[in-house]
Amino acid sequence: MKVSLFVTCLGELFYQDVAKDVVEVLERLGCEVDLPKGQICCGQPAYNSGYRKDAQKAAKQMIASFEDSEYIVTPSGSCAGMFKEYPGMFKEDKEWQDRAQAVADRTYEFTQFIVNVLGVEDVGAAYTARATYHTSCHMMRLLKEKEAPFKLLENVKGLELLPLENSYDCCGFGGTFAVKMVPISEQMVDEKVRHVEESTADVLIAADGGCLMNIKGRIDRKGKPIEVKHIAQILNSRA
Amino acid sequence: MAMKIGEKPFFDRVDDALENDFMRNAMASAQDRLRDKKLDATERDDEIGDWEEWRSAGEEIRRHTLENLDYYLDQLSENFAAKGGHVYFAKTAEDANRYIQEVARKKDAKHVTKSKSMVTEEIGLNEALEDVGCHVHETDLAEYILQVDDTDRPSHIVVPSLHKNKEQIRDTFKSKAGYTGTEEPSELTAFARSQLRDVFLEADIGITGCNFAVAESGSISLATNEGNANMVTSYPDTQITVMGMERLVPTWDELDVLINLLSRSAVGQKITTYVTNLTPGVEEDCVDAPKEFHLVILDAGRSNALGTEFQSALHCIRCAACVNVCPVYRQIGGHAYGSIYQGPIGAVLSPILGGYEEYGELPYASSLCAACTEACPVKIPLHEQLIRHRENYVAEQGKPKAGEKLSMKAFGIGASTPSLFQIAVKGAPTFLKPFVKDGSISNGPGPMKPWTAIREFPAPGKDNFRSWFKEHKRGRK
Ligand code: SF4
Repeated sequence: MKVSLFVTCLGELFYQDVAKDVVEVLERLGCEVDLPKGQICCGQPAYNSGYRKDAQKAAKQMIASFEDSEYIVTPSGSCAGMFKEYPGMFKEDKEWQDRAQAVADRTYEFTQFIVNVLGVEDVGAAYTARATYHTSCHMMRLLKEKEAPFKLLENVKGLELLPLENSYDCCGFGGTFAVKMVPISEQMVDEKVRHVEESTADVLIAADGGCLMNIKGRIDRKGKPIEVKHIAQILNSRA
Repeated sequence: MAMKIGEKPFFDRVDDALENDFMRNAMASAQDRLRDKKLDATERDDEIGDWEEWRSAGEEIRRHTLENLDYYLDQLSENFAAKGGHVYFAKTAEDANRYIQEVARKKDAKHVTKSKSMVTEEIGLNEALEDVGCHVHETDLAEYILQVDDTDRPSHIVVPSLHKNKEQIRDTFKSKAGYTGTEEPSELTAFARSQLRDVFLEADIGITGCNFAVAESGSISLATNEGNANMVTSYPDTQITVMGMERLVPTWDELDVLINLLSRSAVGQKITTYVTNLTPGVEEDCVDAPKEFHLVILDAGRSNALGTEFQSALHCIRCAACVNVCPVYRQIGGHAYGSIYQGPIGAVLSPILGGYEEYGELPYASSLCAACTEACPVKIPLHEQLIRHRENYVAEQGKPKAGEKLSMKAFGIGASTPSLFQIAVKGAPTFLKPFVKDGSISNGPGPMKPWTAIREFPAPGKDNFRSWFKEHKRGRK
């Protein structure tokens, strides 16, 4: 199966290891992965800040880069969700709207693709830890993917998955929200970190670079002994 | 404008809220409790069946009504007037107040009792009535508490005094109303009841809000738990109901659906204790109904939303389900919004009613987590409307910072020019190197400052992923 990877700007700038894990897991599951050249950022920062025109530029660039792809897979529920917003951004432009729709229809978040398209729930990973999982808002609510990551994590050997109190509450990232509304964001991420601590997990796992960057940033600033991992890092681990 | 709460700028209000530990704990536990009760009454309740189907029905009813608003408003006012009621369309809050003052003058009213009155709070009716010499008595317990406390303002659209606990209420009653009892809720309630008893009897006019008006019969419907609305509407000879122009349903069948959605979504009840339906016109010997019934239908900015992408904000049935799941409201409480409409719906509605000058910041007070959209029983896409507001704010009315505009322009160019993006990716490690310590950045330059004020920023990875990918591919061949 041919899969085009949308690595995301965070993946490309900060989380290259995660991106590599994604490639390796997909290949192990029999996919042929390519990396369409023109891809950059999905445009969400501009879109969510109210700069629709600037976001449209990013969207067009992404649509053009991915429209020949059979499947588009990305290690971020939020960026996948943004692809799904594209058709709505071109209401006045039928041609681009159709092209946007075609791309949106073939876009999947990494775990969603593995479970729902490849039909795999056990990727043969092993990772010994007591962990808890952060359900990112955009993945859960915009992409409506609530189960795939759990199905995969349940089959990781050695992994003990602990419940996270108020898991449905946002971690306070929200893109530019995190820098525009610092005092509110701070309280939100603090509450999230508190719940992670209360879960007694040693590792926090998530499927979205933005949330990870926010929660890890706060955990590190507070010097808490909790590791933060992208789900691809867990799924690419071997005993 | 009475809709407005406090004079301080937004961030000062947020600071005040964040310093108020008591209020924040109260918010958090109230949210957890309300959210849980709501889920029990909706998603976990077998009796109601598929909650998503109910939501779709609710959405459909609201959409149909708003799309035919003129028709149903005509029908409502015709039916209301045909039964002897008086209908007044108020374009502005001032119009509404002036009309009601006029009625009060004609009746030579001294005492007015009120119930269920978020919308009268919106237009500042109490002050307007006091200006013409009326004593206004709030009769719903929460509103009564706020009034006794020197007119403190509501912090929640369903539970207006959510920010106070029983000890605070006891102290308020003690210092301001001569109360001598304990903080026991039953004792506090008994005290309020005894205070209100005489007030009900001496009222000249009773004023209520309106949960829904039924167009086919010209009736108004009130969903309450305390029953005070029944006292307000049955003792005085004159009744005035103030309703937002969107708060109506075509027939009793739709009322049935919406009352179900409302009570379950608001406080997790299957039905409220009282659902009171009132129609003007009384039989000769009827003693417990008003002889004169006025219906004030209020625009006050609502028509700004008609025919726009914000029209569905008028679908709102004021259940506060969105408020009860909002993680931002959870931290800052209701007063920080600076409007009597708080939380996600407040952030959507306040700029529609009151403009961007006053409420332009509210749409940014959201992480766009969409918990509100998920919770709304009539499926208003709240988080999307927050983005639409931001677009408007940027494009027309507001004044976003020049720097932000510029950086978004740069973003637009950067994000559509792959070569530039690659330069940035390759240059980032070098550029940021001086700021990196122990693998992360604690004190970032320029636009990174607000981020690193409270969190570490990741150091850019050393490798170039695209080069790795090329190598990796070559190795596999
Ligand atoms: S927006 Fe929806 S959830 Fe919020 S108060 Fe209105 S009806 Fe209820």
